[in-house]
Amino acid sequence: MMGTEVFEAEIALAVNGAERRVPKGWTLADLLASLELDPRLVVVERNGTILRDRSSFMSLALAADDALEIVHFVGGG
Amino acid sequence: MTHSKSSTSWVGAEMASDLAILPSLAGLTDPQPFVIAGREFRSRLMVGTGKYASNAQMIEAIEASGAEVVTVAVRRVDLDRSKDAGILHHLDPDQYFLLANTAGCYNASEAIRYARLGRAAGFNEWVKLEVIGDQQTLLPDAAGLLQATRTLVDEGFKVLAYTNDDLITALKLEEAGAVAVMPLASPIGSGLGMLNPYAIRTIKQRLSVPVIVDAGVGTASDACIVMEQGVDGILMNTGIAAAKDPVRMAAAMKSAVESGRHAYLAGRMPRREVAVPSSPTTGMLGA
Repeated sequence: MMGTEVFEAEIALAVNGAERRVPKGWTLADLLASLELDPRLVVVERNGTILRDRSSFMSLALAADDALEIVHFVGGG
Repeated sequence: MTHSKSSTSWVGAEMASDLAILPSLAGLTDPQPFVIAGREFRSRLMVGTGKYASNAQMIEAIEASGAEVVTVAVRRVDLDRSKDAGILHHLDPDQYFLLANTAGCYNASEAIRYARLGRAAGFNEWVKLEVIGDQQTLLPDAAGLLQATRTLVDEGFKVLAYTNDDLITALKLEEAGAVAVMPLASPIGSGLGMLNPYAIRTIKQRLSVPVIVDAGVGTASDACIVMEQGVDGILMNTGIAAAKDPVRMAAAMKSAVESGRHAYLAGRMPRREVAVPSSPTTGMLGA
């Protein structure tokens, strides 16, 4: 189910448009923690759906080929 | 000349160095509160948060502007340097009303996606909706704007729609459920001031929802003239952020918006193309 170039204990995701490999079994909360992001200050869109319930991040298992967009507020007019 | 700090006879030297005591019109009241969608705001000046040299300067300028509504944009987190980049590290959402925009969106579906992300990131259902139609002028795409407004209103958003200074589009946006219509003074970031005061006045006269002029204000006199048209408020970013001294310009904009508002309320004298003397014509000395 995964490309042969990916070590079998890892899965490949697209995070903000770039490929990223994470250990199999990681949750979204694990990913955010590894990126040093505060879940309260970002919004995550997974495969086109906004994950509005931040309490679900701890239990949301990442899947191979997930497309994640992690956004936040920046300065703008 | 030296000046004693204890002296109260002459305050000019101290005033010149302290923005906080610039003359203010705060003592004058406005008979109409500034209300959008049932929520009252304390300032008719709304400001953006882009293009500042530093976050500290941005905060200082926003404070000097007296604005309550502060716009922000939604963008990808830069994963290589995520720490400190988000604006919520600097702006206290309890102190300011954060209004997410959809800047940079070129069609309705993109703007709707950004609006939804902004709602999830933020603290309210409000969105400053931009659907841009052209990269060179950043002028709005009226058709896309209407389409996005209808969808977002259906989803419960309070839509403040950035639009052209075109009455028909403004009327259609109001009909589509926008809680405020935001015609431009001139293109975003141009600093050209208000190009069509007639159009702005007409939009204000014909709409029931608040009219907030957004974009194009370059200096304090531009803001004053905009407010003199009777509009409900102004949103600006570059006019402050791109000034040589943004904090001082923010204070100037605050005064200008208040001055323009009071001048509108005061009702200006009629224009005439002949002179009318201000001093008595009687009582002159005999020849």
